[in-house]
Amino acid sequence: MATGKPPAGGAEKRNQEGKSGQEGKPTREKRGVPSGLWLRCGGCGATVFRKEVEQRLSTCPDCDFHMYLSAAGRIAAVLDDGTFEEWDGNLSPTDPLEFEDKKKYRERLIAEQKRTGLRDAVMSGSGMIRARRVAFGVTDSAFIMGSMGSVVGERLTRLVERATEQKLPLIIVSGSGGGARMHEGIFSLMQMAKVSAALARYSEAGGLFISVLTNPTMGGVAASFASLGNVIFAEPKALIGFAGPRTIKATIRIELPEGFQTSEFLLEHGYIDRIVRRAELKSEIARVIDYCGWS
Amino acid sequence: MSTTALSLPFEKRITEIEDTIRKLEVLEPRTGDVRDQIRAQRKVLNETVKSIYSGLDPWETVRVARHPDRPQLTDYIDLVFDEFVELHGDKFFGDDRAMRTGFAKLDGMKLMLVGHQKGKTTKERTECFFGCAHPEGYRKAMEKMKLAAKYGLPIVTMIDTPGAYPGIGAEERGQAQVIAESMMAMSRLPVPIICVVIGEGGSGGALGIGVGDRVAVLEYAYYSVISPEGCAGILWKSHDFAPQAAGALKITSKHLHDMGIVDDVVEEPLGAAHRDPYQMAGRLKMYLLKTLRELEQIPTDELLSQRYEKYRQMGRYLEESEASNSTSENS
Repeated sequence: MATGKPPAGGAEKRNQEGKSGQEGKPTREKRGVPSGLWLRCGGCGATVFRKEVEQRLSTCPDCDFHMYLSAAGRIAAVLDDGTFEEWDGNLSPTDPLEFEDKKKYRERLIAEQKRTGLRDAVMSGSGMIRARRVAFGVTDSAFIMGSMGSVVGERLTRLVERATEQKLPLIIVSGSGGGARMHEGIFSLMQMAKVSAALARYSEAGGLFISVLTNPTMGGVAASFASLGNVIFAEPKALIGFAGPRTIKATIRIELPEGFQTSEFLLEHGYIDRIVRRAELKSEIARVIDYCGWS
Repeated sequence: MSTTALSLPFEKRITEIEDTIRKLEVLEPRTGDVRDQIRAQRKVLNETVKSIYSGLDPWETVRVARHPDRPQLTDYIDLVFDEFVELHGDKFFGDDRAMRTGFAKLDGMKLMLVGHQKGKTTKERTECFFGCAHPEGYRKAMEKMKLAAKYGLPIVTMIDTPGAYPGIGAEERGQAQVIAESMMAMSRLPVPIICVVIGEGGSGGALGIGVGDRVAVLEYAYYSVISPEGCAGILWKSHDFAPQAAGALKITSKHLHDMGIVDDVVEEPLGAAHRDPYQMAGRLKMYLLKTLRELEQIPTDELLSQRYEKYRQMGRYLEESEASNSTSENS
């Protein structure tokens, strides 16, 4: 606080941080080669064959770095083929504050929808994991940093409520560098309370919530549903935390330790249960359901 | 309370009139003419304060909410409550001075008081990290609220923080996790909960003790998903755009009430709480008493389902109905 500026809270968007999280995302056209044959790995910097990366669920063949994987890719990687049934796909974002920075939020939304093919940063529904029916949600970090606005909050809350009614195990895969979405202001902040309240009821009803943290999971997403799993998994080397590294650096003015706010750091400090490689995620989830879940 | 040294830029005219009155007041002998002048100047002062404070823009409101003379939790402990029995322990790591918790009596009503403290002196501000709590602070708050629930005491929280502390230790001790757990726990505690934003309602750090049956803000307090500076830094790429960000984020009491985010706005004395902490405390006390009595009438099951519904309906989105192909806007 030596700067005299108040520290940013946990809900901000941190688009400059966790750059590695951006690797392998659908590249904006101006940067070129969106559908090229080669990709650069955000972990080791090696130039790798796109096809090979895709076959490995977007992990690097050289260093096993876990790159960005879209919501659709997540569904394909975790759920049994063809079992996903979308819920609440008819919800779209609006612009309650008529928010405008350098760009109008309305225009930003349209651009993001075009670029990602998603209505907002979330997909949710039901599906099977090795023949076990589950409620499944995922946030996609490509859509305004995977930040949580009203649609993300509402779809996840409905997901939790249906999981409670139908007695389904609940899996949410978080990828959000943005935390709560600034452009929807206080409405975004309140989504944290809304989803958490639904999870409280789900938990009391005996539900099993497996939260999977991926690169990056920050701010208001980390400080709500993502941290409320009965069992918490994280993919290797994901950036996970409350405040962004830049905010922390600006506040305390010392270099951050090596590996700070990674999955490994969280495991060491006792905040996650297991680090799970993407290839093993499906079987690890199925195993936990066998131990604890309704099914 | 002297505001001369700490006055805000838009209060310059107010300070000038106050100086004039002060000079007139020490004139000897105090003739009828001087008395008339003082009376006239006081009238001008009142009107000036009224006109400046009725036209504050969002950024100016933020400045008022952060005013160094603005009453803090400890002032309200002295002025609103009959007794405060501080409970320090989080039973895990340490005593976070940015978060104060303890038993309190309000006109004889027993309750649990939880709130942020920013600090009044340089030493206290440093101890309190300027009102930015660490995980141990939220853990302490959560423990004390659970204690209150066990013994049937209602809970009052007072929110005044720029945000939860961003630091290495805070991350190591689970800042994100403890805020999430605190919100989740508050949503289910079987006692009435009133949350009042008394100054700054900074993001997750505020919401971490901000889930309740009634949420109020003082008239010149603000509540935001991110600090205006933080938002400006990210979206405008410069902190200099904080005033624009403050406007865009819609963080003032009026906006929050209009949008259905807060239930009540507690009106501040003329020229904001820092000009008259006693009157502010009196109003806050009235509000708390009235609201507690209301909430105590509600059966616990009903209270919990109303609390759930309160947050359940927050959010704005479009919902297309497949049958009629029409689109309705929620809330």
